Amino acid sequence: MSSNIVPTSKPVKSTGLHIGAAEPGCAKRDPILVADKVSRSFGGLKAVDVDHLEVPRGAITALIGPNGAGKTTLFNLLTGFDKPDTGTWTFEGRSLGGVPAYKVARMGQVRTFQLTKALGLLTVMDNMLLGAKGQDGESLVKSVLPFLWRGQETANEAKALELLTRFKLDTKKNDYAASLSGGQRKLLEMARALMSDPTLVMLDEPMAGVNPALTQSLLDHVLNLKSEGMSVLFVEHDMHMVRHIADWVVVMAEGRVVAEGDPYEVMQNQAVIDAYLGKHHDEDLGEDTENVEAMKELLDDEL
Amino acid sequence: MIDWGAIFGNAAVELISPTTAAYALAALGLAIHFGYTGLLNFGQAGFMALGAYGYAISILTFGFPVWGAVLVGIGASVVFAIVLGVPTLRLRADYLAIVTIAAAEIVRLLFTTNTFNSVTGSANGLSGYKTEFAALNPIPDGTYGFGPFEYNAYDWWLRIVAWSVVILACLLTWQLMRSPWGRVIKGIREDEDAVRALGKNVYSYKMQSLILGGVFGTLAGMIFALPRAVVPSNYQTSLTFFIYAILLLGGAATILGPVIGSMIFWVLLSFFSGFIARAVEAGWLPFMSSIQAGQLRFILVGVAIMLIVVFRPQGIFGNKKELAFVK
Ligand SMILES: Nc1ncnc2c1ncn2[C@@H]1O[C@H](COP(=O)(O)OP(=O)(O)O)[C@@H](O)[C@H]1O
Ligand SMILES: [Mg+2]
Repeated sequence: MSSNIVPTSKPVKSTGLHIGAAEPGCAKRDPILVADKVSRSFGGLKAVDVDHLEVPRGAITALIGPNGAGKTTLFNLLTGFDKPDTGTWTFEGRSLGGVPAYKVARMGQVRTFQLTKALGLLTVMDNMLLGAKGQDGESLVKSVLPFLWRGQETANEAKALELLTRFKLDTKKNDYAASLSGGQRKLLEMARALMSDPTLVMLDEPMAGVNPALTQSLLDHVLNLKSEGMSVLFVEHDMHMVRHIADWVVVMAEGRVVAEGDPYEVMQNQAVIDAYLGKHHDEDLGEDTENVEAMKELLDDEL
Repeated sequence: MIDWGAIFGNAAVELISPTTAAYALAALGLAIHFGYTGLLNFGQAGFMALGAYGYAISILTFGFPVWGAVLVGIGASVVFAIVLGVPTLRLRADYLAIVTIAAAEIVRLLFTTNTFNSVTGSANGLSGYKTEFAALNPIPDGTYGFGPFEYNAYDWWLRIVAWSVVILACLLTWQLMRSPWGRVIKGIREDEDAVRALGKNVYSYKMQSLILGGVFGTLAGMIFALPRAVVPSNYQTSLTFFIYAILLLGGAATILGPVIGSMIFWVLLSFFSGFIARAVEAGWLPFMSSIQAGQLRFILVGVAIMLIVVFRPQGIFGNKKELAFVK
């Protein structure tokens, strides 16, 4: 199903992102996000235990790993939606420890969610406008004086319409977001995140549950982010897609970063093969057949 | 024979009564909380009590002017909202529900207890705080109006002030909800994490909403107190539930819903109580004592509200389209 998806334009891969050997926690030439000793446990389970991780600027980085590897939990920690037990991390050189989620977003590090959060009973346009930063009309006092924010609102509407057109949602702008299909909601969530002109976009499984016809355009949109100068960190299960668009791949398993590298080399890494097929092969198979199959498929490809 | 003219006349009077205005305003406050922001405030009766007592005590005990008494009531409800909101608004929605229902009861019991009898009048409540408000009345003495709507100058003054406050509150809410501020508020109702991820300080917005809707409740409490005495038993949890019934009847996320809902509620209540009282007199309900009959009106209002909700589940002014997506 997914194997026939090829980006319309052949993506230009960024190379030379790292310094030294491509190993877990390796230094990047120009990191936008740096995490140190970040850990989070749920009861006895260590969901995230990342010793060191650098996310390169101006590139598309894929975060992969079997279900339950801690990818979403790491996203939550880095964006202020969850508090780590230990660790520090910086975004554009500024420490983000203890910074609430809304401030993280204002700094230019925006995220989407694995389970889509379209605001159902708001129109598609209102969803978009909510994404814009620094709106005067969002203050309780100024909101009752429309002349203070009309101009800004008109500008935001124009910008939203442009994005919606790009994401082919412009005809739906006056519909409730609840009336969109699952894939369209993913698109809307991504477009909405772009309203704030972010510098780092973090997408948690942007393609999950999206019908193949839309996957194509989602891929192109992710590639576009990079060409517009944004950095992207995304979680994805579909290895083919990761290989097509990612410049760099970080592999997590059981809360740790077990491998890093460019998308072609990292798949050959023994630690990665172990993570998907290896040590817990029998247990994992039940809940994670999709990953295992994708991995097998991919290894077949390579050989 | 039953005097239908009197029954309909008495019912029509409720359309513009100050009590109807008070319930409409309190329901509009709940519309901001529940309908627009998704906050489950079950303590609106507490906000109303603070308004009524804040006003009455300021005048009786401290001799404040009307505007000072109004400000005291508003100040009390702002403090109340902050006390309720600080510990709960960061938590799941149901915490606010539990805390508000308990806090409103605490407020009522504090006003009921004998400990503060000299200030609160405990269970007997307070009265005699109307002269200051009446003194502001610019209407010359006399009787005005027509048909069932014939009142003296004070009663007109009270109605005009009450409904002016309701209209201003409606206009303010309408303007807020079509502004970017209202968009954030409605976004929070849909999914607060999504709104947080877009850089909005959700906690602060929820607090603003809680305070604003609470202040509406407080003003409603003052309007409610002006045609009667302030008695603590008026501010039980059942008052909050009547206001919720009005809100859902009119449409939770609407401006006119609370107003029309309150009118329907009071007109129906008056109609049924007038009808039943006269039907008992006329011997139509031989199996009922007049006390039983007094309760029957609430049952009939309940049935009428059920019928309206069955045929218009989104409320009278609610948007039918929204209902298609309710999970
Ligand atoms: N809120 C939570 N409470 C308890 N356990 C959790 C919670 N969130 C995640 N986990 C556990 O942490 C591990 C990592 O989960 P997650 O980050 O969602 O993995 P991934 O996104 O890589 O599939 C899983 O074992 C999951 O069950
Ligand atoms: Mg996940």
